[in-house]
Amino acid sequence: MLNNSVESEQKMSEFEKTLDENGPIIQAKGVEVYYGEKQALFGIDLDFQKHQVTSLIGPSGCGKSTFLRCINRMNDLVDIARVKGQVIIENQNIYSNDVDVVALRAHVGMVFQKPNPFPKSIYDNVAYGPRIHKTVTSKDEMDYVVEHSLKRAGLWDEVKDRLQEQGTGLSGGQQQRLCIARAIAIEPKVILMDEPCSALDPIATAVVEELIDELRERFTIIIVTHSMQQAARVSQKTAFFHLGNLVEHGDTDQIFTNPQDDRTENYITGRIG
Amino acid sequence: MNKDAHIVTSFDNDLKTVETLVLEMAGLVEAQVNDCVTCLLKQDLELVESIRASDKRVDQLETEIGDMAIRILVQRQPMAQDLRAVVVALKMVSNLERIGDYAKNVAKRASVVTELTPLGSSNETISRMSEIVQEMIKGVVDSYVARDKDMADHWRHKDEDVDLIHNTLFRELLTYMMENPRNITSCMHLLFIAKNFERMGDHTTNIAEQVHYMVSGALPDDDRAKSDLTSSITVDLDE
Repeated sequence: MLNNSVESEQKMSEFEKTLDENGPIIQAKGVEVYYGEKQALFGIDLDFQKHQVTSLIGPSGCGKSTFLRCINRMNDLVDIARVKGQVIIENQNIYSNDVDVVALRAHVGMVFQKPNPFPKSIYDNVAYGPRIHKTVTSKDEMDYVVEHSLKRAGLWDEVKDRLQEQGTGLSGGQQQRLCIARAIAIEPKVILMDEPCSALDPIATAVVEELIDELRERFTIIIVTHSMQQAARVSQKTAFFHLGNLVEHGDTDQIFTNPQDDRTENYITGRIG
Repeated sequence: MNKDAHIVTSFDNDLKTVETLVLEMAGLVEAQVNDCVTCLLKQDLELVESIRASDKRVDQLETEIGDMAIRILVQRQPMAQDLRAVVVALKMVSNLERIGDYAKNVAKRASVVTELTPLGSSNETISRMSEIVQEMIKGVVDSYVARDKDMADHWRHKDEDVDLIHNTLFRELLTYMMENPRNITSCMHLLFIAKNFERMGDHTTNIAEQVHYMVSGALPDDDRAKSDLTSSITVDLDE
């Protein structure tokens, strides 16, 4: 018993060491975002480690979603948005001119607040990414990817007998897990989640949170959430944004028991600052 | 600590209520400790009953504060300083309740001790020890009200003095017992009484550490000097 725990502790510390040696998978350096004249983000420097879940928290309009969207260049889709600074994913600045945005988004998947399955069958929803990115060619292989992704998203047992039914016919929680299955079908490195549970009931939320914890073994996850309890439950690191600034970033335990900045304290304790 | 008001006013009221109840409990326990000393040194046995009565209220308050804290945890899911305040209140009340128990135990022994002959300066020594414990309790409760971790640390270190007196008294009483076996009854009671005060000091120290944690978010990082040596004190029979 004792040996086991010593062994597992050793394994853990080796594991953590490997993480450190690998360095951050994503580095944001001096990221600034302007919507027209208005500056929405001010010089954000933030690193994300592999296989960790990071929560981005802060009041509405603080820039956390804007920042999340910088990580897969979703802000490109907003005409008036301009992004300055660098976002480096595995040594590649994703804002350099030679980056293929479509390929980038294959590496950085995204799950949105409102489940948004395509008006297609459950099967085709999951197969969509591998098809357009041509990561899978044969029918057998595609069957495998669809099954495997749905299993990893914890949805397989519920839908295996009706894969040809419309994805939009599923319940909210199932739809959200379908979207997660769709995101992981192309084996991204990073998954971005923008309030993935805010439209779900507590049970569906718990299922998704459990899923996030399992997915962490393979992916790096960044989640924007308005629920402090959720951030405390699912993430290892937490970053607090306020008025476009990154105020505080640290271990989730520390942020929620002993934040260093008064603005963080006021926000998470529900005080009028 | 941040003293800004919460957006939800009733949350402020809840936290205030917990604090008020903790202070009521601390006040009762302080009085119990004062009264048990009076019982013992002034042979005022009527006070024993009043200590017993107040002990009931102390137990009641412990339950009340526990319930209230659990309700806050469920309803408000407090974070940061609010979370610390609620958790610390829970721990404080356990410690306060124990201190009250020790005071009650001292008071119960008072009736026996008053019938016994005083031994040397042991009464004065116990009186001195109890004075420091009383000061400590008062000081620590003040530091809780003031959210002052330095004040809490100051009183936390006072426990060293209590331990030192306890050691001295322990030796002294061992000597009396060896001098004359008739002293054993008194000495045993006095030893338990001294031990009770020593334990009150320890629980007060715990509270001081909790106040430190509540204010700063971290426990005091220095190791407090431990001066209670009674577990290893022996007296040589051939002396």
